[in-house]
Amino acid sequence: MTGRFIANPVLPFCGGCGHGLVVRNTEKALEQLGLSPLDVVLVTDIGCHGLIDSNFTTHTVHGLHGRAVPLAAGIAASLPAGKKVIAYIGDGGAAIGLQHLMEAAHRNFDVTVIVHNNMLYGMTGGQPSSSTPCGFRTPTCPDGKEGRGADLCRWVHAAGAMRCRRVLGKGDFSEAIAEAVAGSGFSLLEVIEYCPSYGAKHNPGRSLDDIVREAGLALENLTNPPAPPCRLAPKTDTGSLLDLEPISREFTSELDRCVSIMLAGSAGEGVQSAAEMFARAAVAAGLSVTKKGTYPVTVGIGYSVAELMLSPRPIQHTAADAPDFVLVTSADGLKYCGPVISRMRSGHLLLDSSLANPATAARVTQLDFRKPSGPRAAALCASAELLRLHQLFPLAALRAEAGRSKHTAKIDVERLLADSKTS
Amino acid sequence: MASHAQPRDASDQKLCLVDGSRLVIESLARAGADTFVGYPITPANLLYAYGFRRFPAALAAPDEITALQWMSGFSACGRLPVTATSFPGFALMVESLNMAHMMELPMLIVLAQRLGPSTGSATAGAQGDLQLVQGAISGGHAYPVLCPSNLIDCWDLAQLAVETATRLRSPVVLLTSKEMLMTQRDFDLASLPAITPPARAFYAGDEPFAAYSPADNLVPEFLPVGSSRHQVRLTASTHDRRGIHAHLAPEAMANTARLHYKAVRNLAYYTRFDIDEQAGADTLVCAWDTTALAAREAVATLRESGRAVSLLVPKTLLPVPPVYVETVSRYPRVVVAEENLNGQLRQVLFGAAGRSGVTGVNAIGRMVSPAEIAAAVESR
Repeated sequence: MTGRFIANPVLPFCGGCGHGLVVRNTEKALEQLGLSPLDVVLVTDIGCHGLIDSNFTTHTVHGLHGRAVPLAAGIAASLPAGKKVIAYIGDGGAAIGLQHLMEAAHRNFDVTVIVHNNMLYGMTGGQPSSSTPCGFRTPTCPDGKEGRGADLCRWVHAAGAMRCRRVLGKGDFSEAIAEAVAGSGFSLLEVIEYCPSYGAKHNPGRSLDDIVREAGLALENLTNPPAPPCRLAPKTDTGSLLDLEPISREFTSELDRCVSIMLAGSAGEGVQSAAEMFARAAVAAGLSVTKKGTYPVTVGIGYSVAELMLSPRPIQHTAADAPDFVLVTSADGLKYCGPVISRMRSGHLLLDSSLANPATAARVTQLDFRKPSGPRAAALCASAELLRLHQLFPLAALRAEAGRSKHTAKIDVERLLADSKTS
Repeated sequence: MASHAQPRDASDQKLCLVDGSRLVIESLARAGADTFVGYPITPANLLYAYGFRRFPAALAAPDEITALQWMSGFSACGRLPVTATSFPGFALMVESLNMAHMMELPMLIVLAQRLGPSTGSATAGAQGDLQLVQGAISGGHAYPVLCPSNLIDCWDLAQLAVETATRLRSPVVLLTSKEMLMTQRDFDLASLPAITPPARAFYAGDEPFAAYSPADNLVPEFLPVGSSRHQVRLTASTHDRRGIHAHLAPEAMANTARLHYKAVRNLAYYTRFDIDEQAGADTLVCAWDTTALAAREAVATLRESGRAVSLLVPKTLLPVPPVYVETVSRYPRVVVAEENLNGQLRQVLFGAAGRSGVTGVNAIGRMVSPAEIAAAVESR
């Protein structure tokens, strides 16, 4: 056997192994389809079938146990439609990479997967796989496998594969391979075969037909409605991430030291957006700024905390031993900041008037943050109060920034951020 | 190189609030990385979001192994894929990373460190994965691991990572952290140097292509799978120059050894570090990732108080550049600061036996402070 697709006629398989038949039928199918070897990429998994690479004249890629399908999928998604990607896997590899099979079928990668189902892991000594039928004996289950064997064809068909077909590994089944390879999208061909070393010896007298029949595995050809195969599609709307609104240094600050601020409230109440406006305003006033956000993974409930640092000099380290200012607008924020507040030995705690006054050595001032414009403006209101009290930078800088922000569309910024409160 | 750009005229500046994720992704895309494979994991979320906005092609993977296998397929066909992950995801990627190393497939993994072990605290920062990354390739093979220590580095090293991956035909890890990637800072975007993607050359010869036939720099030429001119063979198993499984044959063993020495031979190309030595200093502070920022502050404070001290900020973490060994050997006292329990960079530099005069400043669940580093330098 030498031809355009097989350079070396000596196959690396045991005598009587069904893998050889898969190779011969693959070659015949590729010839039938009139393909060139360089039109074909053969991706092989771990297992005896994976020893075949050097025989083929196609492109060959030999991967990891159970992972040939996503590797083949990545190749198929990158190549033009005229190239054909075939993945050889065993039933063991199918079991290890079952999720990959389902995902590849579901996404309809343009790959033909040929499962060499000899009903066991042959290369490692004959352990049962998920596809080993009930009662089938292997060296590690001499009394027969307990439990059902997987029906790969039906599973993968249910995931959306274009074509799933099961054949017996006997004689000429090149037409089945040709049909799978010729089609567009994901195909699975399951070839039921015997491992001469670990299967046939332990199941004397049982033919492949008997095994398939007793296992209830139909030799069927399942299809799904045609769908476009998954390929990498270049996008056109990839604008630069650096197209940001720049901050103009229109203000000045007399701040002469680095200060840290913790702004704490509830999720959905504009804490992070207020902190970003505050940070941008500080930059506009000539300060160096850092901002971190902290919130639970369930972002729509519970606390939302922003930590800010402001300095007239470039900031390096971004964590303070204790904040200089803590602004709390809600019970969620107070609960989160409680330990920090209790450790404060100095500094200033600005607390919404609705909240209980916590024990702390910091100076405490209670103010209305939530009442002036509602909970969604509470953090911005608290930020303004901080600037009114401590003049870290001009309130006008925050007013200008808030006036430009999309987050303040429903807020009377001029009133809320007036230099002095009107009520 | 300080975290802030060199002072510029105000009229030339483009001041913005940015995080490291934004700069990393933009730099990668400009440098020629073309496919982002996303897998959702904190704190790599921003990288994922930016990657899908910015990259010419992007695909959402269902899991970490699929992500690396898809990337291997993309890379085999000549693309330059990127993914972003954290410890739990990287752990699952290790076998596929070995495959990409063996097949010599260029790709980038941005690893956003967070607090472990295991799932740990997904939203807390850490520097706990250096030794995992160091030992990721079976056999202890070297491969490039770069680590930004400030926002400028995020830009520069992301570009370098792309260039190194293609130049070495190798996976590259950009080891970074939640703090570096998610903390916003004021930054002058106009200070960023332009990036021109290098033209990528593929094998153009007429002779049959041997995927693992190395050039003088130990790196083989590359030809995408699916080529219509030559057969291409790639394999994760021990192989000869043609990509044929060859067990323990001398040619195959030489190839396996080459994979390690390839990273070492070309180390000078991708070695980046900051060294700030002060005359008369007997102590060297060494810190990586965001702890380098604390170290810079500590060194500045110490010098203001009259204490002579030097600073080394490694940015190419692995393999260890010889200049690090030469530098630390010149100082009787070395203080290594890092956000982990066991002193991972300290062990990378000095081994389990350590050395007299070497101390660590370590923390978990919080950042190492400049005061702690300064105190360690002052203590005798």
